Amino acid sequence: MDLSAINPLALIASLIVASTPILLAAIGELVVEKTGVLNLGVEGMMIVGAIAGFAVSVNTGNPWLGFLAAMFAGAMLALVFAILTQYFLANQVATGLALTLFGLGLSALMGINYVGKKPPSFPKLDVQFLTDIPIIGQAFLNHDYMVYISILLVAAVWYFLKFTRTGLVLRAVGENHDAAHAIGYNVTFIRVLAILFGGACAGLGGAYLSLISVSSWTEGMTAGAGWIALALVVFASWKPWWIIIGAYLFGGVTVLQLNLQAVGVTIPAVYLSSAPYVVTILVLVIMSGGRSSAPASLGRVFHASH
Amino acid sequence: MSELLKIDGLTKAYPGVVANDDVSFEIAEGEVHALLGENGAGKSTLVKMIYGLVKPDSGQMTLGGAPYHPAEPKAARASGVAMVFQHFSLFDALTVAENITLGMENAPHRRELSERIREVSNAYKLPLDPNRIIGDLSVGERQRVEIIRCLLQNPKLLIMDEPTSVLTPQEVEVLFETLHTLSDEGTAILYISHKLEEIKTLCDHATILRHGQVVGECVPKEQTARKMAEMMVGASLHTPVKKNLHPGEVILNVQGLSLASKNPFGTTLKDINVTVRAGEVLGIGGVAGNGQDELLLALSGETASPRQMVQVNGVDVGDLNPNERRELGLLTAPEERLGHAAAPDMTLTENAMLTGNIRQRLSSNGFLRWNAARGFAKAIIEQFDVRTPSSENTARSLSGGNLQKFVIGREVLQDPTVLVVNQPTWGVDAAAAADIRQALMDLAEGGAAVVIISQDLDELREVSDRLAILNEGQLTKPAETADLSMDDIGLMMGGHMGDGSDNTTQEAAHV
Amino acid sequence: MFRLEARPQPSKLWIGISPILAVLATMVAGGFLFAALGKDPFISIRMIFWDPLFGEFASYYRGQLLTKAGPLILIALGLSIGFRAGIWNIGAEGQYIMGALCGAAIGLAMYPLDAWYIFPLMVLGGALGGWAWAMIPAILRNRFGTNEILVSLMLVYVAEKILAAAALGLLKNPEGRGFPGSRNLANWASSANPDLIAGTGMHWGVVAAFIAVIGSYVLMQRHLIGFQINLTGQSPRAAMFAGVVPAKVVAFTLGLSGALAGLAGLFEVTGPAGQISIDFGSGYGFTAIIVAFLGRLNPFGILLAGLLLALTYIGGNVAEQEGLPAAAIQAFQGMLLFFLLAFDLLSNFRIRLAHSSVSKKEAV
Repeated sequence: MDLSAINPLALIASLIVASTPILLAAIGELVVEKTGVLNLGVEGMMIVGAIAGFAVSVNTGNPWLGFLAAMFAGAMLALVFAILTQYFLANQVATGLALTLFGLGLSALMGINYVGKKPPSFPKLDVQFLTDIPIIGQAFLNHDYMVYISILLVAAVWYFLKFTRTGLVLRAVGENHDAAHAIGYNVTFIRVLAILFGGACAGLGGAYLSLISVSSWTEGMTAGAGWIALALVVFASWKPWWIIIGAYLFGGVTVLQLNLQAVGVTIPAVYLSSAPYVVTILVLVIMSGGRSSAPASLGRVFHASH
Repeated sequence: MSELLKIDGLTKAYPGVVANDDVSFEIAEGEVHALLGENGAGKSTLVKMIYGLVKPDSGQMTLGGAPYHPAEPKAARASGVAMVFQHFSLFDALTVAENITLGMENAPHRRELSERIREVSNAYKLPLDPNRIIGDLSVGERQRVEIIRCLLQNPKLLIMDEPTSVLTPQEVEVLFETLHTLSDEGTAILYISHKLEEIKTLCDHATILRHGQVVGECVPKEQTARKMAEMMVGASLHTPVKKNLHPGEVILNVQGLSLASKNPFGTTLKDINVTVRAGEVLGIGGVAGNGQDELLLALSGETASPRQMVQVNGVDVGDLNPNERRELGLLTAPEERLGHAAAPDMTLTENAMLTGNIRQRLSSNGFLRWNAARGFAKAIIEQFDVRTPSSENTARSLSGGNLQKFVIGREVLQDPTVLVVNQPTWGVDAAAAADIRQALMDLAEGGAAVVIISQDLDELREVSDRLAILNEGQLTKPAETADLSMDDIGLMMGGHMGDGSDNTTQEAAHV
Repeated sequence: MFRLEARPQPSKLWIGISPILAVLATMVAGGFLFAALGKDPFISIRMIFWDPLFGEFASYYRGQLLTKAGPLILIALGLSIGFRAGIWNIGAEGQYIMGALCGAAIGLAMYPLDAWYIFPLMVLGGALGGWAWAMIPAILRNRFGTNEILVSLMLVYVAEKILAAAALGLLKNPEGRGFPGSRNLANWASSANPDLIAGTGMHWGVVAAFIAVIGSYVLMQRHLIGFQINLTGQSPRAAMFAGVVPAKVVAFTLGLSGALAGLAGLFEVTGPAGQISIDFGSGYGFTAIIVAFLGRLNPFGILLAGLLLALTYIGGNVAEQEGLPAAAIQAFQGMLLFFLLAFDLLSNFRIRLAHSSVSKKEAV
């Protein structure tokens, strides 16, 4: 075993890449949950986004189009969820599970002809003098554009929720949908928009996985990333900036265990490869103590009666 | 005074019920107009139409002479109509200022808004800190938020839905002063209530609704409360008859009951001491949120306390669970009918099983005797005149009054030694409320100890032998109801303990 | 414009009809899906729903039906009891794997002993393995209030890692010439779980499933525990009022569903699967969620739903031989759950035209 074979800067660089898919999915789900809706279909939306983005990129040669397609595909799947839960008043837990099961099947179906293909490469932030900055240059300033877009997205969500009136309305709907309805806000419409946004983000996260971090398509490749994104929202206590911290923490565990396996640490591989999931459980346990900061209406069905 | 709002022939039907049938009346500028009616008379639907939450099937409204048909609350607010809801439309996790912004069109910027909130709230003697979180405010303060939210928009018409049900007599006085000021400034107020004395003091004019129709109009100051009540109910009322009191042995003994609330916004119970004798009705008054729910949970066994703090017939029961207490004859009926006292989507038979299992022997060795449960449910339905097609209908399908009769009947028929009920007639029509009160008094007469927790002071004065007030988790010393004037009760509610000590300065432990 | 009107109580009629409608709608939508894949929709649907029962090789497939339905029913019954209490165990796949692993480990420890008690011990081990794995989310939920959905699901991935490690290490067949996977348990008389009547697919797991159907009917309809479980799911505060201790319900329902999933895993590994292998997890734990909902969380409904989904599995295999991608059937099953949830609207609400006349009904 030779721990010195692990280069900390490369580790940081790769953990950022490994974290971005769940970061994107989680920030979308955070907005959804802020409106009081629990969409457990993140995994399904992610994987459909992964294959949709992959397929379009491969066929057009343009990764940007791929990301757009992934957002659209994620949002379309989310639309099914929105219609079922917001208009047909179906149970959110069951519908989210259905979304995941359906998404896994659908993506496998869509991806049959794409196994083993290579996606086109994606532009990087490659500004020589930035990359040359010692230490942080290589670790932080030499990534693909999506990494920075994901961080900007978190900042945008934070600003939107905290400082805009629409953001306030959105939070109000998640706190008390009956009161929001009584003072005249369209609860259902606001929730549908948030669900679509969440779907688009999950799709984006999935596409990042297939186009950049893994750079190929395999069936079921999300391997629980969507669920980890859900756990991340709990970890972040519904605060946007904490999503970044959480995502990088999980990404770090994932990358570190892979590196440790690669250098042949004596810890059996089963412990290392389970680590991301076990860490998720531990974090959930730690975060579930104390007063909950979850939106008060989370998961409750809203039906405007007279 | 010129006419402000004219309502002409408003009709709104829901499947199975005509909520408003050809309702017409007028409100003048600066007038305080009472809308009087029982629960289910159609008051809520009517004001929701005025506020744009519900669209009328037919009929016209004009506001200031112009046709007025608000498609949504925003449109109503833009026309100068504002509303204070009975169940507040506030968001616990948000600040006062954020809550107020949400209910305003063209809300000014943060800092300016905070400034204006301070200004207006001080002008109307309703002080408010814009930066506090709603969840930390008392019920009275929350109402202020709703009112300030309305006042910031300079409404021409202010609708208030049962505003005093959550206030102490003193707070009511402050509110009335505010309303008088507003009325003097030319704001019309549509005041919904079923409290007749209040309407007599406050309102210039009253419209009385029954079964969705206008059944009368009057000038409240010129009418007796009884006359108005009879117009409202449509029949002469019977007052429960109180028999002579021969209190027996002490049955329920609460000794120094102190208990922290499980709910972060709840009230801590502090050193509660009270005894109830066989054949006696103890009334516990007080404004909601002062520990009523916590007290009921501590007596029902849903929260356990040190064992000697609650005794039934000399047996310590403080640490027993609900079913063990039922075995000993301590039965309870919580305030919330749907979701606590009864499971909404379960049938009445299943809901009879819910608490009846122990004393009615509805199961043997864990196996359920559904026929016995059905028989018990039918007995409740029959003896308490519960209107329902059958015992296999869900609890949710019953009206509030019928379900409450079922819930109270379920406990009364189990022959309790002690029965504790919380808000037994809240939201229940007058006829059902009278039946329920009579049943509770009959139960006491049969030798049970009965505790009634209620916010309705008139009700408590009518049925209870002794009365105590719950205030910030503390219980005043019970006094003979007959000896207490309304003023005495008001003082007790303001935090003056029956023994003369003043507790208003004690810090509220639940903040 | 249409408007929804809440029914005063769910319509019994629609609760029964909506699964049938959902199956029909799935067939139609599935037809479109298959058409989009360039397959004849009518032939594809016939291959999935008709050929396994009445087609050329039906005699072979019919036996498969019970083999596949057994674990689905067993797992779904457990899940349905939890779902009724509002406890969402979605990690049955992990409990299924851990049950199989524990049971197999007990058996393999005694290899090559020839004794009657080995199989019963393995069955017990399977139930305990699944139970223990499900008790992790139960304990975390009771102790810390941790969300059981996420924990139970994360444990599926952990179980899969353990499975892989066991197949490659601890339980690897020493005489397997280095190939991953354990000894074949179906070929060792002491641990084998063969068809009780040859060719029917009726192994001990199927028997257990039938017993569990009856057992859970009695539990949920006739016993106080079932009543308390229902009550907890419908109205947690009313349940507390009725003296139910929520933590006990969490532990009981999660434990029971884990034990049943573990049993399903054990019967599978000793019978149809034959050995612990890396790809032993077959998705039964997830499909069982669909079975539970399609069966309306009702034991007899689950029996029928389990048979139906077993049919789609076998039909999927038939169709696969004709060139339909295997994944199609998974998408198909997901769609079924969507339609079911959509049609459920009809049992809880009436759909009315916006200005319909007033009907006769008790005042609200």
